[in-house]
Amino acid sequence: MSILRIGAGAGFQGDRIAPAVDLAERGKLDYLIFECLGERTIALAQQARSADPSTGYDPLLERRMRAVLPACVRNGTRIVTNMGAANPLAAADCTRAVARDLGLTELKVAAVTGDDVLDRIGKFTLDETGEPAAALADRLVSANAYIGIEGLVAALEAGADVVICGRASDPSLFLAPLVHEFGWARDDWHRLGRGILVGHLLECAAQITGGYFADPGVKDVPDLANIGHPLAEVDSDGNAVITKLEGTGGCVTRATCIEQMLYEIHDPVRYLQPDVVADFSNVNFEEIGPDRVEVSGATGAKATGLLKVSVGYRDGWFGEGQISYAGANCVARGTLAISLVRERLSQRAVGIIEERGELIGVNSVWPSANPSDQIAEVRMRYAARCCDEESAQAIGEEVEALYLSGPAGGGGATKSTREVVAIASSLMPAAEVATTFEMKEVKHEAA
Amino acid sequence: MKLHDIAHGRTGDKGDTSNISVIAYDPAHWPLIRDWMTANRVAAHFETFDVRNIERFELPQLQALNFVIRGALSGGVTRSLAQDAHGKCLASALLEMQVGYED
Repeated sequence: MSILRIGAGAGFQGDRIAPAVDLAERGKLDYLIFECLGERTIALAQQARSADPSTGYDPLLERRMRAVLPACVRNGTRIVTNMGAANPLAAADCTRAVARDLGLTELKVAAVTGDDVLDRIGKFTLDETGEPAAALADRLVSANAYIGIEGLVAALEAGADVVICGRASDPSLFLAPLVHEFGWARDDWHRLGRGILVGHLLECAAQITGGYFADPGVKDVPDLANIGHPLAEVDSDGNAVITKLEGTGGCVTRATCIEQMLYEIHDPVRYLQPDVVADFSNVNFEEIGPDRVEVSGATGAKATGLLKVSVGYRDGWFGEGQISYAGANCVARGTLAISLVRERLSQRAVGIIEERGELIGVNSVWPSANPSDQIAEVRMRYAARCCDEESAQAIGEEVEALYLSGPAGGGGATKSTREVVAIASSLMPAAEVATTFEMKEVKHEAA
Repeated sequence: MKLHDIAHGRTGDKGDTSNISVIAYDPAHWPLIRDWMTANRVAAHFETFDVRNIERFELPQLQALNFVIRGALSGGVTRSLAQDAHGKCLASALLEMQVGYED
């Protein structure tokens, strides 16, 4: 195989499905990758699985598979995804059931496991607290290592058409097919580094085709409404062209590529990954045609031998309320509303750990902003993290009560409460984490 | 002038750390951006945030800087009380910065 075509079907759990279907149908893809697992998603999935052992995988898995499997099977496109979340085996069962329901007669679905290290995490220190994870006691919800390509490649070598894992490093979902198809050695650091770059550029899907980019009049994006997802044409050395399907909206330019390359990587010289330390510091991008950008210059070095582990733990309850004020003096009325809520909560037995009050439109995301007297409307927001659910409910109740007992003209109150599942991180020797896979097959059954 | 006139950028987050890129539209503005956008000036711009430290990386071939700002996200997306818990808005806030001395 001289050029591998690899597309991004999703860049987060809630991503749009139609662009993935378009890629599956028209992309002539070898692989379609769905990255759907955020930092906290797996902890929430683990909670769901605790309540019902048949769940714990991505709630959109069935819809995505139903949408893309027919075209993927028809076109010989293999799927790799982390939609298994806290339960890859159940996700593989679900995928197999969808395949049967669609009338597909042959499909191999692999569930890759081994990322769940909850039984081993106790003695490892958490970066955020400086204490061993065991100190969290019964508040500990989940611990998942960011696994690399080993289990994914093994599943592909066994012929899997669909590979479903839980927590893996996002770029590894893309690196695994490259290593499998091109036979790169596991110590071929430069090629592995280039493969990681391809994965990193594609893992957020539309973020490289003009999503999270438009700034009207300054950075305009054509036909953003119909934005396409990206694909890469990768050669056997890991050099790549990033592009998108003709007829889709959005754009792939040097600028979209640079923004995405620097997204969340911290030190560009040392982008730490399970299988390699990638170096993006000498990467360059060249526009070689409309919506075609050539990527070059990534290298790599030996991996650290340590895997990052995300640890989910219960950390109190979040309560929030909002209410709007408009017209003359609205900033003053919003400010009065915040002080009223504070005073009333202080008179009740409410267990508040931390809190904040702010005016959306004035200072909610940018604390240094100065309100102008030209502001037409504000939305008062008060939020707190509390010891228990009842306290968290009191937050929204006091905001809602501003309707009758607050400043003049408060409207559109809303309130919400949820349990806080926080994430801390740790490092674990890779040798402590063994990955494996289980194959679930749909086989042709004679009528 | 405002940084927004000559550069674009993007915010990402990992835990309590914000990662903000600053990229010159025109290579001619790269020397100004490179020399003006020190870690100290960026720290001063974000003074109302509880920032612990700022690392700064240069990518001259891309005319880009990458800032890694620790402590900017009130504990990170999973437990922050902030409305924009990811800090996705922070790149736009940084582009509000004035660059160069006034004439």
